[in-house]
Amino acid sequence: MQKLVLLGDEAIAQAAIDAGISGIYAYPGTPSTEITEYVQHSKEAKEKGIRSSWSANEKTAMEAALGMSYAGKRSMVCMKHVGLNVAADPFVNSAITGANGGMIVVAADDPSMHSSQNEQDSRFFGKFAMIPILEPANQQEAYDMVHYGYEISEKYKIPVMLRITTRLAHSRAGVSRKEQRPQNELALPKNLTQFVLLPAIARRQYKDLLRNQENFEMESETSGFNHYFDGKNKKLGIIASGLGYNYLMENFGDGGCPYPVLKISQYPVPVKMINKICGECEEILMLEEGAPIIEELLKGILNNNLKIKGRLDGTVPRDGELNPNIAAVALGLTDTRGNDVPSLVVPRPPSLCAGCPHIDSYLDLKAVLAEYTPGRVFADIGCYTLGALPPYSTVNSTVDMGASITMAKGASEAGLTPAVAVIGDSTFTHSGMTGLLDCVNDRSHVTIFILDNATTGMTGGQNSAALGKIEDICKGVGVEEEHIHVLNPMKRYHEENMKIIQQELAYEGVSVIIPRRECIQTIGKKNKDKKAEVKK
Amino acid sequence: MKKDIILAGVGGQGILSIASVIGIAAVNLGLNLKQAEVHGMSQRGGDVQSHLRLSDKIIYSDLIPYGKADMIISVEPMESLRYLPYLSPDGWIITNDKPFVNVSNYPPPENVSNELAARKNSISIDADKIAKEAGSLRSANMVILGASSPFLDIEYGKLEEAIRFIFGRKGDDVVNVNLKAMKAGREIAEKR
Repeated sequence: MQKLVLLGDEAIAQAAIDAGISGIYAYPGTPSTEITEYVQHSKEAKEKGIRSSWSANEKTAMEAALGMSYAGKRSMVCMKHVGLNVAADPFVNSAITGANGGMIVVAADDPSMHSSQNEQDSRFFGKFAMIPILEPANQQEAYDMVHYGYEISEKYKIPVMLRITTRLAHSRAGVSRKEQRPQNELALPKNLTQFVLLPAIARRQYKDLLRNQENFEMESETSGFNHYFDGKNKKLGIIASGLGYNYLMENFGDGGCPYPVLKISQYPVPVKMINKICGECEEILMLEEGAPIIEELLKGILNNNLKIKGRLDGTVPRDGELNPNIAAVALGLTDTRGNDVPSLVVPRPPSLCAGCPHIDSYLDLKAVLAEYTPGRVFADIGCYTLGALPPYSTVNSTVDMGASITMAKGASEAGLTPAVAVIGDSTFTHSGMTGLLDCVNDRSHVTIFILDNATTGMTGGQNSAALGKIEDICKGVGVEEEHIHVLNPMKRYHEENMKIIQQELAYEGVSVIIPRRECIQTIGKKNKDKKAEVKK
Repeated sequence: MKKDIILAGVGGQGILSIASVIGIAAVNLGLNLKQAEVHGMSQRGGDVQSHLRLSDKIIYSDLIPYGKADMIISVEPMESLRYLPYLSPDGWIITNDKPFVNVSNYPPPENVSNELAARKNSISIDADKIAKEAGSLRSANMVILGASSPFLDIEYGKLEEAIRFIFGRKGDDVVNVNLKAMKAGREIAEKR
């Protein structure tokens, strides 16, 4: 069969379709979004009846995937690394309940924070939950690991984590497909209390999980994804995980690496293999894409004088993603860096698109806030985070999904009134609604802007779970109707909008202001699609 | 055969279409390919780049090492200079000379042109103007692709085939505009 040229994300999606999933669950988040989008657009997935629409957040997605697994079918749930924080409760507990139908949790990390607020390493979470982790080094391995992941998930009745990083998620290469598997039939767990985490049952289940650790380690030693490549020169041994292996090999090419290399792509770590390379070599170089997790394991506190070079001793930078040059320098090879960037080249940060409704929302808000002391706007995660940059420079916090409303609440309770929250429509239904309920119950002095552009914009215009529901949700939660206002964020309504904002900032209770205009990108795309449709 | 190419531009300028055309032509020739893209926040008017790697041997890294790129293909002049650390000493820069100004401190365009002219191997062309003449301003990216085509070591016919494949579903007009734009770009590069 001819190879498909696929992004790492797409390879995972195609593999999930081929491995017989019945559903995929996710909330959009760079760099994981394209996995679910691929399934949504796949004709094959449609024919097979695979469910794939977006969930309200990562926690609801994780729980739905676990429910599908309970019912005996294979499920996949995908998220960016910080999404796993949102889903942490069901994630960690799913290791105790175990799976029934195969279940894979894809966590897409973003070292160097290309499009994120931190660079946490999801392998910590996998280790914390004590489940097997797979970490592909290339697109083909990503594809193959999904098949293998469902195999061991069903063999040991355990959810499996697939951990990828930005460079693999968003890089294309040729991928060969495997034979397709049918979906599972509906089949409940043999023991109908398996998923009941009452203490007495949970204690038993937890012991099962602990007992299984040696099986998971045996899989790591024997699956073939962890591989020991011998080398003649034992002065140095290299342990490279995930993409670290590629950057290492880029420096040696076809000639191969002269040093022994242990490629790690599956966890728990293969202890025998690690003992072998550490026993044979005088020094160890660690190349990990992400945090120094294996390195810390190796060093421990009672390090047996084995010299271990890596992120902890400065041989490799402590933060950021790896690249071939970092590997070269760590190996003592020449840095091939070319000419410097000429000084006339200036940064070109991302910015709100021309015609974006958020521009008008910020200009309205900024004009009104000029009457107050600065430092009272709590924003959230989305395109509108760019309101922190000039010419708006209006935003004073961006922490996590939904934090705008609750941080404004806390600040107002400390005496910073009025406090303003700025949150997008999709972020509001992701994690803002419960915070709004807190505000209502406490009658907090906050003015909450829900910028409604009818889409999940930053990740490329996915459907928003909030569409057409925002006023009803606010009313349902208990916001007084006369303090809910819908504005049209356009230049010609600037004065009118300012008046409403002024009035609500002065109100000593909960106000919700909803500037509503569709995202300029999704409108453009719809018009384009319409044109293409007419041509057909 | 090995070609390491940095594609550069500003989010929304169509560098991924250039990558697709070269990529499909390369795969049809049986070459290995890796192509790293930028998705997410930077696509909102920020600087974007793609690392496109072609080889008849195994390609390990998704990223091109510093100093090893054979070419920088750019649809914006200042952006072509941002990736100089990646360019090999004998590498080529092929760029549109039409600035895309969305930052207040964009340098004077003549300084950018002078900086480019001072490079050992660089070709700057007014791709916007040529694209307009070919029928659509939006095909400026294909003009740049055409101008870089003599350096690609890929048969020109294979690039045309790839354009037909990619734009085919948008109709013959779109295919022809893009073919014409690529051809016009190639002719200019050949004259230099």
